[in-house]
Amino acid sequence: MDQLVLDLAALIAMSTPLLLATLGVLIGERAGVINLSVDGSMLLAGMVGFAVAFTTQNVVFGFVAAAVVGALVAAVVGYLGISLGLSQTAVGFVLALLCTDLSSFLGNPYVQQSGPAVVAWPIPVLADIPILGTILFHHDPLIYAGLLLVPAVAWYIERSRPGLILRGVGERPEALYARGIDVVRVRYTAVIIGGALIGLAGAAYTLDLKQGWTYRHTAGTGWIALAIVIFGAWKAYRITFGCYLYAALQTIASRMQVNDWNVPTQVLQVAPFVVMIVVLAVVNSLSTPAVQTWIVTIPAPMQRLFAYITSPAPASLGKPFDPAG
Amino acid sequence: MHISIRNLCKAFGNVVANNDISVDFAAGQIHGILGENGAGKSTLMKMLSGIYTLDSGAVAINGNEVLLGAPIRSLQVGIGMVGQDPLDIPVFTILQNIAAGAQIAGHTQIADSFAAWNALLGFELQPHLRIQQLTVGQRQQVEIIRLLITGSQVLILDEPTTGISAAQKDALFGALRTIAREGKTVLFVTHKLDEVAALCDTVTVLRAGSLVGTQAQMPVAKDVILQAMFGDRSAQASFTVGHHHPNGTLWHLNDVVMQSANLRLGPFSQEIAAGQIIGLAGLEGSGQTLYLQHLAGMRLPRSGSIRFLNRQLVGARHDAVYLPADRLHEGIIPSMSLVEHVQLLHKHLLDPGQTARQKVLQLIRDYNIKATPDIALELLSGGNQQRAMLALIPESARVILVEHPTRGLDAYSAESIWHRLQERCTRGTTVVFFSADLEEVMTYSDAIIVFYGGSLSRILDRDTLTEQSLARLIGGVGFAEVMQ
Repeated sequence: MDQLVLDLAALIAMSTPLLLATLGVLIGERAGVINLSVDGSMLLAGMVGFAVAFTTQNVVFGFVAAAVVGALVAAVVGYLGISLGLSQTAVGFVLALLCTDLSSFLGNPYVQQSGPAVVAWPIPVLADIPILGTILFHHDPLIYAGLLLVPAVAWYIERSRPGLILRGVGERPEALYARGIDVVRVRYTAVIIGGALIGLAGAAYTLDLKQGWTYRHTAGTGWIALAIVIFGAWKAYRITFGCYLYAALQTIASRMQVNDWNVPTQVLQVAPFVVMIVVLAVVNSLSTPAVQTWIVTIPAPMQRLFAYITSPAPASLGKPFDPAG
Repeated sequence: MHISIRNLCKAFGNVVANNDISVDFAAGQIHGILGENGAGKSTLMKMLSGIYTLDSGAVAINGNEVLLGAPIRSLQVGIGMVGQDPLDIPVFTILQNIAAGAQIAGHTQIADSFAAWNALLGFELQPHLRIQQLTVGQRQQVEIIRLLITGSQVLILDEPTTGISAAQKDALFGALRTIAREGKTVLFVTHKLDEVAALCDTVTVLRAGSLVGTQAQMPVAKDVILQAMFGDRSAQASFTVGHHHPNGTLWHLNDVVMQSANLRLGPFSQEIAAGQIIGLAGLEGSGQTLYLQHLAGMRLPRSGSIRFLNRQLVGARHDAVYLPADRLHEGIIPSMSLVEHVQLLHKHLLDPGQTARQKVLQLIRDYNIKATPDIALELLSGGNQQRAMLALIPESARVILVEHPTRGLDAYSAESIWHRLQERCTRGTTVVFFSADLEEVMTYSDAIIVFYGGSLSRILDRDTLTEQSLARLIGGVGFAEVMQ
């Protein structure tokens, strides 16, 4: 029991970078912009964040620097994808590779250095609640911020009016343009704020949950973030569930390794990725015509469940917008 | 709100869409803007609503000149437009659609204003339904209410009656009258004469990008408006085209209903003879494409039967070739050459040797195509593309169904296309085409079918018609007498 509580607490903590990255991706994609550079962006931002914190001996400066780097990479995606109308997929992919190598190259002096890190801050009173206190309130400020960000982003996107406009821009930009909205500005803002979150996700590793800097420090988390946003059907709470599910799979995998279950390590390491692919395939297949015709024959509550699972991508995701067209 | 338009011009490349247009629209009235397809109505309205920028000219509202050029500016001065395909967001609810935009107050106010306008205009919209659950007519109603809530004083409707039901049309007309009574200005763009007669206080006619005469107070005699819309075309009638003699019946249509998303033709029965050229006349979107696709077997009738050569038509046939209007996207593969197209069509020509190339060289000579065998078709001029498409139709084709055979072509290219089509017809191929150009329909058809408001006419002998009588039929005047 105690072990389970500790595991859950660790799960909450270790999901934070993934959570920040997925929320960043989510904000951009709801406005119709794919920022495929997530993994490279996280690496570069994490490295710069660590370097700045190391040099200034101040964690806050490190996070600010990381957010700025993430935002700058996103601005490049924005300029090439929104202003010049290039393929966002191609641009993001190239940037991911570029930033990854850049982080390895520029981060060389900081490898294996130990620098400052976020310090734990159990919340007084709440931390003393049995079980729940350990799971939720024995963390550090960054982790609390990540937890609070989920309802904040969900409310912003689904309930607020700027969020409505953001979604409209991702669905049918020409309609929002005709309604007097500056589509380009909304898209830039969304992708840059998303980029800043992605940058923070990188620093969440180097300054908190996997302190220090090494090559490929994120171990591919950025790519997983992109998949989890699809898995979560562009909804903040489902994405959060996806992040915890992924972290849980990883925990189980490492536990199995420790218990010496006679399974090759590699199998366990890639297992979460495989599960992710299978889940994506199943969710996707639910929206095929054949399955859809079957769905209308099942009881109504089940139909609603399936409709919930298969909610579609923003209609204009990745498509450039031309006001004259 | 009184709008004054002065010397407005707009060109796209070499095509002048609006030429020096000056007109006034008074407040509290419904103004009809009438013209053929391509007369420049939509261009004018898109400039007013800020989707297009003006090349030159000025717009004043209540005497004060305003700067347009972006939708936000038009909305700020109070001009709003409902497009033919309403620009809304399918996954949003009605209320969300109204809330998503500039110039909107808080949520509760939206719901209240919505309810008020919904009641005043006699619409029966339920605010929490999603747009994707609504019909085109209902989506239009949502757009109208949205614009009124944002404070539009000028409401532009671009061809609003296309694709909506008769009941919705009545509701729309009632609502527009109410809106005009509120002191707002309504601009009603259409090509349907009877709608202007039924609804509008004034009529303004555009032809080929220019204003014809001046704005007139309704009522105006239909003949006068038709004359303004189509010009005096009888003067240039010179038929040098020979008649073709029909032989045998090609299609038997029996109680056929043709239906697409927003159009329904029939039920009607028809027999169509082989070996002639049949022109489909009517304003664009009146069902001509639907009709052609049914004759081609690409669509099957909702009910009734179509027999082709005494056999039930069950799908597209190799000997009935359909050439769509959008030839660059649907007719050819733009980046492929003539040789590659020939190889695609004839599997046995896909050889390393020169068979396909020789065939192409022959086609280039026969059809007078200015091209080399290996140049990508997208690099050819429109006329050459069209000739290339014709050349690619196998000799075995019994039927050629073609949309706008000469749209966008100069007179010389157009003539040469018709020369080829007539050659084919003389050799026994049946040609069915539709064109927005009345003169083309009158010049080249042996028989004509007129489409109007979801119905089609009997097969009419060309010689029983004049351009003027055809223009009347297209506008719906006297259409009932020739209806199927």
